Amino acid sequence: MKEIELQYRHPPDLLDDGEIPSDIRTEELVLNMGPQHPSTHGVLRVVLQTDGELVLGATPYMGYLHRCAEKIAEKVTYRQFTPYTDRLDYLAAMNNNLGFALAVEKLGGIEVPPRADYLRVIFAELNRIASHLMATGSYGLDMGAFTPLVYCFREREWIMDLFEAACGARLTYSYITIGGVREDVPEGWGDKCREFLDYFEPKIAEYNDLLSFNHIFINRTGNVGICPPELAVAYGLTGPCLRGSGLAWDLRKATPYCRYHELDFDIPVGHGENGAVGDCWDRYFVRVQEMVQSVRIIRQALDKLADGPVQAKVPRVVKLPAGEVYYEVENPRGQLGFHLVSDGGTSPYRLKIRGPSFCNLSVLPVLAPNCLLADIAALLGSIDVVMGEVDR
Amino acid sequence: MTPSDIIAFLQQHHAESVVSAVADGPYPHALVKAEGLAAVAAFLKTQPRLRFDLLRCISAIDWPAKNNIELAYDVISTSLGHAFAIKVVVDRADPRVESVSTVWPAAEWHEREAFDLMGVEFLHHPDLRRILMPEDWPGHPLRKDYQDIVEYRGLKFNP
Repeated sequence: MKEIELQYRHPPDLLDDGEIPSDIRTEELVLNMGPQHPSTHGVLRVVLQTDGELVLGATPYMGYLHRCAEKIAEKVTYRQFTPYTDRLDYLAAMNNNLGFALAVEKLGGIEVPPRADYLRVIFAELNRIASHLMATGSYGLDMGAFTPLVYCFREREWIMDLFEAACGARLTYSYITIGGVREDVPEGWGDKCREFLDYFEPKIAEYNDLLSFNHIFINRTGNVGICPPELAVAYGLTGPCLRGSGLAWDLRKATPYCRYHELDFDIPVGHGENGAVGDCWDRYFVRVQEMVQSVRIIRQALDKLADGPVQAKVPRVVKLPAGEVYYEVENPRGQLGFHLVSDGGTSPYRLKIRGPSFCNLSVLPVLAPNCLLADIAALLGSIDVVMGEVDR
Repeated sequence: MTPSDIIAFLQQHHAESVVSAVADGPYPHALVKAEGLAAVAAFLKTQPRLRFDLLRCISAIDWPAKNNIELAYDVISTSLGHAFAIKVVVDRADPRVESVSTVWPAAEWHEREAFDLMGVEFLHHPDLRRILMPEDWPGHPLRKDYQDIVEYRGLKFNP
């Protein structure tokens, strides 16, 4: 463990009541956090080097959920791999399906009909809301507030019902497939979706009252785990973690896919209202604001949704020409990338998956030193990792 | 800049390192000599007209038929918005290449993954050890000729 200069957020002399002799000997303690720990959000193990309440260093250990999905991809056909993408970031399965489908379509030169494109946008954004609801709700839980989680789950349930109506599944959808979407939405689904949006939009203010602007919550998350934009970019952070650092970088604007270039929305960024730019509160609040933007996107996409086919003509067994492609989409947690290499066969020759959580987590050893022990939960929750994607 | 502009620019400044380049198609990239990787990476990141500051991914691709392993570095610029990729080919029997983690710290974990699953050694990496597999796991699972093991620490696997 390298030497670091200690910078206490609460200087020790303020805590010293004068009765403890100043030459008291303290020892560093190695603390094992996880793999079973409520605030690691899955099976992540972090070895913490501590001096009293102060964290000196953190080393994450991953791989508890490693299934080597990349090796599996080489053994199955393109269509058969779609269900495996559901299990990467299992809170945003629609977005994973979309990323994989777009990578295959790009290499195969497959054109998707407009109705399927808008449906993809709608489902990706609905899943973004569901994922952010989970992230914000469980973040409140990490910080000791139980109520927001229950509120968030109430709304998430509605989205799950919408997904169930469209594809029958509530978590692992495999709905967005190569060439479009698996089947059209049932009659009246659009009205149900609008009904949900009308109900959901005012609820966001409720979360803000409950959690975002709560004093205790702000004290726990403001000014903690500050990640300056240069550091965020250097470590490959993307998604709300990067935008929380104040950089307006979103693939939906930078390299638009599907029909995002036709839709009007803003990129929320962190401003440091409750501390410095790039602290845990900023990362959290970017997610809340993104839900508002997602509602805007879905409304526009529903307006543009015209009748038509939802599947391009793609053979049952997809065969791609030899070549390669790297394709990225903006997932709720950041940029999900697929590096697909084909040798002309019916299954990928090599499929490398770039999980956003994997890259976002790599900044933890840099941000953790000088945090208090309790801040590690705040830091991990604000990075919002899903271990299914870190370990793949 | 378009991929062909980037390739022309790269060939102008690093002619000795660039072996070949593909400007069009779904994956525009430049193949770079392994010795020149560190210099090209630093150039891509710092050159004001390129500014590739975000390393997105490092993919290792095993080609037993060609007896080599390809490493693809996908980069994008958050300030200029353009994307590109460079590739390096290393020997399959003794895959070694300079680490780019001093240029892009994000490479640290990607390189650990390539080391773990493909067995590529990255020189001057600050902390090169396995990341997803256990420390004492035999072999590198993403190699094409990887054989499934039948027993690990007394745990038997059924084929």
